[in-house]
Amino acid sequence: MLQYYLPIIVLFVLAFGFAAFSVGAASFTGPKRYNRAKYDAYECGIEPAPQPMGGGRFPIKFYLTAMLFIVFDIEIIFLYPWAVAFGRLGVFGLVEMVLFIATVFVAYAYVWRRGGLEWD
Amino acid sequence: MPTDIQAPSIAYLPLLPILIVFGAATLGVLVEAFVPAHQRRLSQVVVAVAGLVASLGAVIYLAADGTSRLVAESALAIDGPALFLQGTLCVLGIGSILLLSERRLDRSGGVVVSQAANAPGSREDLRLAESSHVQTEVYPLAMFALGGMLLFPACNNLLLMFVALEVLSLPLYLMAGLARRRRLLSQEAALKYFLLGAFASAFFLYGVALLYGYAGSVDLGDILTATSQAGKSDGLLYLGVAMLGVGLLFKVGAVPFQAWTPDVYQGSPTPVTALMAACTKVAAFGALLRVFYVGFGTSQWDWRPMLWAVAILTMVVGAILAVTQTDVKRMLAYSSIAHTGFILVGVIAINKSGLSGTLFYLLTYGFTTIASFAVVGLVRDSAGEATHLAQWAGLGKRSPLVAGVFALLLFALAGIPLTSGFMAKFAVFKAATEGGATALVVVGVIASAVTAFFYARVVVLMFFQEPTVDGPTVAVPSAYTAVTIAVGVAFTVILGIVPQPVLDLAGKAATFIR
Amino acid sequence: MTLLAEKVTYVPATGTLSALWLLLALPAAGAAILLLTGKRSEKWGPYLACAMTGLSFVLGVVFFFALKGLTNRSVDQHLFSWISVGRFQVPAGLLYDPLSATFVLLITGVGFLIHVYSLGYMDHDPRKKTFFAYLNLFIAAMLLLVLGNSFLALYVGWEGVGLASYLLIAFWYFKPEAATAAKKAFIANRVGDLGLSLAIMVMFAALGTTTYAGVFNSGVAGGTATAIGLLLLLGACGKSGQFPLQTWLPDAMEGPTPVSALIHAATMVTAGVYLIARSTPIFQASPDAQTVVTIIGAITLVIGCVIGCAYDDIKKVLAYSTVSQIGYMFLAVGIPGAGAIAILHLLTHGFFKACMFLSAGSVMHAMGDQVDMRRFGGLRKYMPITFGCFLTGYLAIIGLPPFAGFFSKDKIIEAAYDLHGTRGWILGTVALLGAGITAFYMTRLMVMTFLGEKRWTEGQHPHESPSVMTAPMVLLAIGSAVSGGLLVLGGALQNWLAPTLGPQVEVGAHTISPTVLTLLTLLVVAGGAAGAWFTYGTKPVLTTPPVAVTPLTVAARKNLYFDALNESLLMRPGQYLTRFLVWVDNRGIDGAVHALAAGIGGGSGRLRRTQTGFVRSYALSMFGGALLVVFALLAVRLGQ
Repeated sequence: MLQYYLPIIVLFVLAFGFAAFSVGAASFTGPKRYNRAKYDAYECGIEPAPQPMGGGRFPIKFYLTAMLFIVFDIEIIFLYPWAVAFGRLGVFGLVEMVLFIATVFVAYAYVWRRGGLEWD
Repeated sequence: MPTDIQAPSIAYLPLLPILIVFGAATLGVLVEAFVPAHQRRLSQVVVAVAGLVASLGAVIYLAADGTSRLVAESALAIDGPALFLQGTLCVLGIGSILLLSERRLDRSGGVVVSQAANAPGSREDLRLAESSHVQTEVYPLAMFALGGMLLFPACNNLLLMFVALEVLSLPLYLMAGLARRRRLLSQEAALKYFLLGAFASAFFLYGVALLYGYAGSVDLGDILTATSQAGKSDGLLYLGVAMLGVGLLFKVGAVPFQAWTPDVYQGSPTPVTALMAACTKVAAFGALLRVFYVGFGTSQWDWRPMLWAVAILTMVVGAILAVTQTDVKRMLAYSSIAHTGFILVGVIAINKSGLSGTLFYLLTYGFTTIASFAVVGLVRDSAGEATHLAQWAGLGKRSPLVAGVFALLLFALAGIPLTSGFMAKFAVFKAATEGGATALVVVGVIASAVTAFFYARVVVLMFFQEPTVDGPTVAVPSAYTAVTIAVGVAFTVILGIVPQPVLDLAGKAATFIR
Repeated sequence: MTLLAEKVTYVPATGTLSALWLLLALPAAGAAILLLTGKRSEKWGPYLACAMTGLSFVLGVVFFFALKGLTNRSVDQHLFSWISVGRFQVPAGLLYDPLSATFVLLITGVGFLIHVYSLGYMDHDPRKKTFFAYLNLFIAAMLLLVLGNSFLALYVGWEGVGLASYLLIAFWYFKPEAATAAKKAFIANRVGDLGLSLAIMVMFAALGTTTYAGVFNSGVAGGTATAIGLLLLLGACGKSGQFPLQTWLPDAMEGPTPVSALIHAATMVTAGVYLIARSTPIFQASPDAQTVVTIIGAITLVIGCVIGCAYDDIKKVLAYSTVSQIGYMFLAVGIPGAGAIAILHLLTHGFFKACMFLSAGSVMHAMGDQVDMRRFGGLRKYMPITFGCFLTGYLAIIGLPPFAGFFSKDKIIEAAYDLHGTRGWILGTVALLGAGITAFYMTRLMVMTFLGEKRWTEGQHPHESPSVMTAPMVLLAIGSAVSGGLLVLGGALQNWLAPTLGPQVEVGAHTISPTVLTLLTLLVVAGGAAGAWFTYGTKPVLTTPPVAVTPLTVAARKNLYFDALNESLLMRPGQYLTRFLVWVDNRGIDGAVHALAAGIGGGSGRLRRTQTGFVRSYALSMFGGALLVVFALLAVRLGQ
């Protein structure tokens, strides 16, 4: 039983070892010259300071859009296994998936009509 | 090599009540999307009420047919208890929807806030609070919650039960935060409910996983079969039952999982509280009954002592804590905790009369509770609902009708004879005595005596004290609330005087299909 | 000793008699309307009350003739099933037989006259309407008492008349004496009621039924019969003011005079006689209980007479006279076969005593509510009608032929002597002496009130009362004059009552021949009257009671020390017991209750602190709860 899992365990050990070695080596060998910029939070692509509109908060619109994206994204992913097994699921699978898409579409229509997709 | 997948057979007819409600909820979302703002509210009310009435019709049709069956690959059990509770939920759901539709009580015309996401007290929030903007998303939310509740007691499969639990809970978390007045309290309630509810769901799910580990199936029938086989290591079973129990006991609000109840009941908009107190309790007890009667029916000696302890704690703590409450809604919340204990007494009876008594109790309690919260919503001052008990002093002089109705409902909650509450308590206590739980009944009777104290205190306050000078006024409700109160009170009285037909009905319904 | 047929049978009410319940319903409705309509019925209320009682009387007459036409004159009307618990069944129903019919006529007839009289007497009272409501309530309760077909129904009526009596004695509750008298009446009645309720409980326990038919047909005998009989007697003593519970009745005269006449002379106080007459089968089964009844009657009749001689208050004298006359009735009802004579005396007494009370009321009305006979005198000229009425009543009570009292009292004395043996001689002599003393104090009353010189207080102008008051008096006076003769004519009453009380017993040989006894009685009565005349009629009456008197008079003025006896024997120990119980209640029971309440409140307050409002502590408590649940389940598992 164990032999099935052995390669995975080896992989874990290797990955962990590599990460530990890299971080350790970097801190051991690298020069340590700090400045202010190095203490700032690391964010990709966005100017860290100044923050938009009032005290370090993002407008809720960002979150709304992100959330909608994730919701619909995950629901579309659900189509993927269905597509793979489509032939074997037959008519039952088709009907259920049409129902599912229709339901998602209702949600989409709601978001769209109520201005969830508009920025302003 | 992958083989053909067998399409599951699904009989849609027995699912009709559930499907109708979910369909109505979806239709509600479309109404929200496409119907112009000024017609939205009425359309939503019509869709929701029509959906629930149609669902009730379907329930009656199925009940008249009388066959119990397992459907959708035995994931659902459409049997007597499920249909009885679904019917109850439809009627109570109509009441809740009507309460949500009340426009005359709040001066801005609506009990729920129009933009729940606004920071409480911000300029935008204050402006909207006084505007006549209404928010109608609450109807589809309520319908989704009710759909989940219809599903919950019918689930014969623990995984489906978890889905139902989430479907009924998520909209409730949102709705708890929709109060138009006292916004901060409401949002706090919503967040608390969500966090603790998620915590409890995790327990539930963990329990499902452990039971799967034990029985190799999440089907209640399979679990029953597994428990009756000898020679199995039952550690997983005990842990699984415990975790599952925690999740369900949280939903019914039993001690020690009751902490959320008073805060959430107090903070939520009163119609939502009514929905939670009446319908959620009915649905959650339905699921609890099914899990313990069907899934663990033969291993009752293992979990009965645990439920004994929980029932005693629930009755005692609920009754005692209610004594010092100063807020009507909180007091009713603790009263609902105590009632959870009384209903648990019926569950513990583990016999047919225990099941029918519990079903009857849930029905009567639902009607009385929904009417009580409706009355609470009527007593208002300039800041919204006047829920502090001191403000209720002398209400009987100012508004004898409302105070009289409330007194009647309180008597029913206390279980005074000639009200439905008495018959319900009598039914479960009698069943428990037959089931050998006499000690529990003794505790129940003592706890009832304590609860009678604080109900009577409110009655004394209303009728035998002088009204305060700047006391609240009793708003004249529109037909929505009036009908709900009238029906609730009528059932409370009628079931107290001629309970036999409904008791017979509950007795007929009290057989689970395995 | 069985005088009745073995089985009592009642036939269901049909035809006219099926409306029997109306008798009760009319005055009850009157009382309800008057009490519930508030000020609105101020004007027409009293008339409505009179009309209700009058209608009841008319119905009573109609029913009387309907009953007369039947062969089995015991009619039972089932109304509804009152209590139905397992084996214990109490149907609520009415029993209409000759005894009930007689009482119905007396109650509604005298009641109606007194209602009418009250229209005048209470004319100036601001609470006139309430007074009439209580009167109607009394009539309804009294009718229930005599019409009920079970001891339980009788008990309801019994308590109802007790309530009405209490309300009416205390009608002028602002007078402390009236309030005290009402309380005294109520408490003395409680003692008696306890006896009655115990009797009913014994019936239920021993016989399983409380209906007349059930109890009388059960063949009760021996100790049970004696116990029930004595308990019933205690109840009767309480209601009828018999020894040792007689002291409340004279005090009850604090109520308005029509009340004294109606309730405390003519009707309610005779309920005890009714009870014993109704229970004839029980007493027949227990000669001991019967003997006790006769002894109680004899003692009471002497006590009443003696005290009656000492009082100067006209109403109190009449009250003690009532006590004494009811003593006669008890004496008679205890004598086997003499029940009908008791009822005869009850009826004649109802007429002449009501007549005298109303006349006394008329005198008081004229004299500004003065009741001291020493301040009356010479009223004959000023109030001729009142005098005439009172005179008729007086002649009736002392038993001068052919007035009513002669026929009834004479018969009682005769029946007492006919008891044979020592018992007969003692009881007969007591009754005979009583007649003499009665003549003495009644003559004294007549002389002091109507004859002699005026001894009025300043500024009094007596006048004859209005016709609304005199008319009932005259009617009652006519009754006092002729009723006795009419009722005994051909043994009318005796035969009429036979279905309830049994046929007249033919005593083989009289102890003393009736003619001799009648002459003897008249002689004694004449002696008493002459004694009074020589004492009070021939020399001036003092306006203040003399101080130097015989010890007997002193004792009689103090009610023969019965009040003092009650006080030291019952009231004081009772008070100490009450104080002790109050102490136990305050410290023990209330203490426990308060401690419990405080404990729950304190526990609640402490538990409340766990409700912090922080979601983190809630989550922690849930986690703890989950652990507890797990441990509970594991403990069960390990315990297996």
